[in-house]
Amino acid sequence: MEKRVVFNGRLLPYLLLAPQLVITLVFFYWPAGQAVLQSFLVQDAFGLSTEFVWFENYQVLFSKPEYYKSMVTTAIFSSLVAFFSLSIALLLAVQADRHIKFAAGYKTLLIWPYAVAPAVAGVLWLFMFQPSLGLVSQAIRVAGFEWNPLLRQDHAMTLVVMSATWKQISYNFLFFLAGLQAIPKSVIEAAAIDGARPARRFWTIIFPLLSPTTFFLLVVNVVYVFFDTFGIIDAATQGGPAKGTETMVYKVYSDGRSGGDLGGSAAQSVVLMVIVIALTAIQFRYVERKVQY
Amino acid sequence: MKFDRRSLLGAAVLAASLGAAPAQAQTEIQWWHAMTGANNDVIVRLAEEFNASQKDYKVVPAYKGSYADTLNAGIAAFRAGNAPHILQVFEVGTATMMGARGAIKPVQDMMKEAGETFDPKAYLPAITGYYSTTKGEMLSFPFNSSSAVMWINKDKFRQAGLNPDQPPKTWPEVFEAAKKLKAVSPTCGFSTAWITWVNIEQLGAWHNTPLGTKANGMDGFDTQFQINAPLFVRHLQNLMDLQKDRTFDYSGRTNTGEGRFTSGECPIFMTSSAFFGNVRANAKFDWGNTVLPYYPDVAGAPQNSIIGGASLWVMGGKKADEYKGVAKFFTFLSNVDRQVKLHTESGYLPITKAAYEKVKASGFYTQNPHLETPLLQLNNKEPTENSRGLRFGSLVQIRDIWAEEYEAALTGKKTAKEALDAAVSRGNDMLRQFERTVSR
Repeated sequence: MEKRVVFNGRLLPYLLLAPQLVITLVFFYWPAGQAVLQSFLVQDAFGLSTEFVWFENYQVLFSKPEYYKSMVTTAIFSSLVAFFSLSIALLLAVQADRHIKFAAGYKTLLIWPYAVAPAVAGVLWLFMFQPSLGLVSQAIRVAGFEWNPLLRQDHAMTLVVMSATWKQISYNFLFFLAGLQAIPKSVIEAAAIDGARPARRFWTIIFPLLSPTTFFLLVVNVVYVFFDTFGIIDAATQGGPAKGTETMVYKVYSDGRSGGDLGGSAAQSVVLMVIVIALTAIQFRYVERKVQY
Repeated sequence: MKFDRRSLLGAAVLAASLGAAPAQAQTEIQWWHAMTGANNDVIVRLAEEFNASQKDYKVVPAYKGSYADTLNAGIAAFRAGNAPHILQVFEVGTATMMGARGAIKPVQDMMKEAGETFDPKAYLPAITGYYSTTKGEMLSFPFNSSSAVMWINKDKFRQAGLNPDQPPKTWPEVFEAAKKLKAVSPTCGFSTAWITWVNIEQLGAWHNTPLGTKANGMDGFDTQFQINAPLFVRHLQNLMDLQKDRTFDYSGRTNTGEGRFTSGECPIFMTSSAFFGNVRANAKFDWGNTVLPYYPDVAGAPQNSIIGGASLWVMGGKKADEYKGVAKFFTFLSNVDRQVKLHTESGYLPITKAAYEKVKASGFYTQNPHLETPLLQLNNKEPTENSRGLRFGSLVQIRDIWAEEYEAALTGKKTAKEALDAAVSRGNDMLRQFERTVSR
């Protein structure tokens, strides 16, 4: 009497995998393949004339100083956002991990901004910081500071970094809080009994034990800054002033959409794809080794 | 990844039933547009009136987002083989549409083939010139047109001891007035929306100075920019000098800064004449508008200004019967009384000479002089090849490039000449890219 159910052949496992495979192929590999193909073409917006040019789009791209500038902008923007969103979220999570009154309400409020769409976040911050009509900027001006993100690149960068950071803090907070709660209390108590003060307990015990979470968040945050901040930049600064906040992903959009340069835009997105794949690989291969699980 | 099967199914059923709904007898005309608010109501009302006026055709308007979104939606739909019949495209997209000869149906040809009476001379040349070939063949149908004008806050003028009934006429007078106005509005003497449209494109036409070779691109896509000519450098230099103490204060690339006029912050503001509806609704002070200023030492200034706004393009590859419906709709739009009503109610410029004459004769402008300002400016002189219009490919993005250079100059990162030289060379790169894709 054989009671075990045995599936013969390979059909069923493939069938069970099929939906996921189809989604991956249709929504990820196919568009990615299209982008690679498009990057070898010079084409008008309507697709009426097409010329296969091999790597010319890439050559043009890398001969332009603007492209390197957008790389630098992206590097500055992503390090600032990743640093601030991770450190502020960690600070808040450590505070929330204590026994405080209204902890549940406090946590819920902190998670809220994550539900806000990036474009809405951009508009919200723009309302507060728009040079002449924004509420906060009026206050800043009264205080005697010339706040002008329309013309000052550093001010515009501050504006988009603030909104992108604000948006990402909730997500990081959630993971940090879960990570903190997973740390065995006995270890911390033991350290406390040995006379370690809170700051020392944090840096020698909590922070290292939290490193898998931190590492995971670092990867997620970098990908977030590279791609998902597009809406914020579009709503708040449109990449301006004078390309001061034009990140690589924003440049893909403005060249392809307003410029109608599909080939150049596709070449940029392929470069972007390679960069993100490389960054993630480096992070997993080298950074992960130093992470203590 | 999760899908809600019920809603998917529901959507499929809904789509199927919608697809089956239209009656066989009527031919549908799809009209994609970018109008919101009161302007959207105008579009819906026009479609309803047309549909009620006859039984064979049904115009179906659909809002597709901003001007750039609508253009891109039209292009994407064309690539997918289901373009709308009528696509509203803003004036800077004109060369893009014109370059796609295989994707469009010239309005003049369509009207002729459909047997509609159509006289291109019946339309105001300052408006249709922008949308016509050099031979005068009308390619698209002007719909909502405007021009840049100078809006003034009369209350602030009085407070500063200036006479609002004699507003500044020349740029030096504007600068002087703005310096005085700074006493009553310290953060902004004067400003402009659409920084490049007002300070480069309109400036060139108004001073009969070309922006580019080949009659501003009208005579061929192998055009080169000339916006580093002395007029443009001098003007930018003046703005740079005045930006230092905010006698001039930058308000961004698009019209998002227009609120600075209606809020009372900027007493002189140059932007579209279509700003009228907004000013009427929101300005809580005595206001008015007047023609754009000019530099009196430039020979021939003021010439005439050029239009902004959008026109209706007919997409190619449709059935003859459908074109007949589009042609009937355009005839309907050109009707004198309808144009008069559109103009006086919405503030759009009338597109036919007859409509303009009729409104003029009715004495409407004595009570509403601000609606005539853009027309006086557009018709100031017979357009020359420098002031008929612009035909530069990729102008949407070139405007951004110019704005970037303007921003770099206004923040002191570049001199006026350096910024405009860069604007020329970077703009030319875009033109060459465009020329390459259209000329094959």
